[in-house]
Amino acid sequence: MAEPEEIRLPKLPVIRCTTSGKRQTPQRSIQSLNRLSEGMDAIVEVRGLTKLFNGFRAVEDISFDCRKGEILGLIGPNGAGKTTTLQMLLGLTTPTSGVIRIFGLDMDAKRQEILSRVNFSSSYISLPFSLTVRENLMVFARLYGVAAPKKRIEELLAIFEIGALKNTPVRRLSSGQITRVCLCKALLNAPEVLFLDEPTASLDPDIADKTRKLLKKIKDEQSISILYTSHNMKEMEEMCDRVIFMDKGRVIETGTPEEIKRKYGGADLEDVFLMLARS
Amino acid sequence: MRTSKVARISAYTARHLYLYKRSLPRLMEVFYWPILDLVVWGFVSIYLSRQKGSLPDFITFFLGALILWDILFRSQQGISVSFLEDVWSRNLLNIFVSPLSPAEYITSLLFLSIIKLLLTSAVMVTLAWLLYSFNIFTLGFALIPLVVNLIVMGWSIGIITTAIIMRYGQEAEVLAWGIALLFQPVSAVFYPVEVLPGWVQSIALFVPSAHVFEGMREVVAGGGGVPVSNIIWAASLNCVYITVSIIFFRWNFKAVKRKGLLAKVGE
Repeated sequence: MAEPEEIRLPKLPVIRCTTSGKRQTPQRSIQSLNRLSEGMDAIVEVRGLTKLFNGFRAVEDISFDCRKGEILGLIGPNGAGKTTTLQMLLGLTTPTSGVIRIFGLDMDAKRQEILSRVNFSSSYISLPFSLTVRENLMVFARLYGVAAPKKRIEELLAIFEIGALKNTPVRRLSSGQITRVCLCKALLNAPEVLFLDEPTASLDPDIADKTRKLLKKIKDEQSISILYTSHNMKEMEEMCDRVIFMDKGRVIETGTPEEIKRKYGGADLEDVFLMLARS
Repeated sequence: MRTSKVARISAYTARHLYLYKRSLPRLMEVFYWPILDLVVWGFVSIYLSRQKGSLPDFITFFLGALILWDILFRSQQGISVSFLEDVWSRNLLNIFVSPLSPAEYITSLLFLSIIKLLLTSAVMVTLAWLLYSFNIFTLGFALIPLVVNLIVMGWSIGIITTAIIMRYGQEAEVLAWGIALLFQPVSAVFYPVEVLPGWVQSIALFVPSAHVFEGMREVVAGGGGVPVSNIIWAASLNCVYITVSIIFFRWNFKAVKRKGLLAKVGE
């Protein structure tokens, strides 16, 4: 598995989407983007990201970075804009305005190139039920152009302790097993950035704990960046190097879990969550 | 880790071929309805052809039309039902966050449609020959452009159907089965265009399949030859249909992304 290359952000003009569908160059955003990127291993850069749905501001002018080898948590109450943000980062939803750069590439212009170097998993998606675990993973290995796919699949299945299920159709798996197959899928292409939407939501405590430890190990060994969402605050505290707290589409707090706990005097992140969500 | 267009297209095509290998209900869908249609309408054709004053070559007219109509219907379903497979299995997001582009996605669906079509047609043609001694190849070389036109029209309808389901979600999935049938009355599948009311004939003029079925009847009645005029009409209209369907899909895909509907299509 190749180590990710050092990312150097080119100072190229970035295209900005507007509500009218026309494009404009946001000089201020570009300048701040280039300034912030200097001397920093920012893999994912978000500046002034806004999403309006029929006038409703789902996400409003948010900016953040995710650095190389960092687990960045997105937390917030339901409707805070976490999922919409994640969808924009994956190119599934077009931003109303703002800039998204991943590996220094503009998401709008280089979507396909970016997607070949990232991956995604969520408890809320699945895989074709009639196909076996191995068939499903083979399809995605080929979609991502994985070299020696059989070997890679065997490795990942062994890591997630589901090697015995490789010839089992997905329909016969429990939801926890499906989640683990989805995580195998998400790691097939040795992604440089991994987007995980509540990855442990359907796992029992034992497997959830193993999965978290495994993700941290993979992150440390391969220096991948992970954008992580979960409603489990203990998990976020355990997993994340930094967290972004969102509410009503805005970023209202950013920092390490320790910094945030200290700032608000909470015993844990859940305390802080309740304080911020109810304030 | 980069992959070629061809590799991505074949990977996604393989996803569906695995499905047909594994799923008996899906495999039955390819054969069950066409065979049932053929058996029922085959016996109806035999019965009617035995009546006094019936049309000459009644079986050829009827079974030929049935097989050709099924080609259009299956090529449309090869696209829209394959798309629905990913909606049903909550796999659509996995596909659209992969490096597979929308154009490659549609190309894979076109390939799939051809594969399904070849399977279905092979079974129908063989059964028609075994059960009713009907050989569709008596239509000669004219069969090739007629079939190609029906496939392209089926693709156009399939692409538009897929775009609509993407936009309006599973509520619109009934279109995957119903929308091609909307074209059946004006396609004049089992009767000549001249039996249609005048205003419907005007509509039929702009439906490629109507020209295909007119062409088929011309070949059967004339005992061979290529119905050039009908084929040119159908091909010209199909150029417009397929172009419009691709433009509609692209426009709709942008709208779906703008409205954030891609993640919700399976809900």
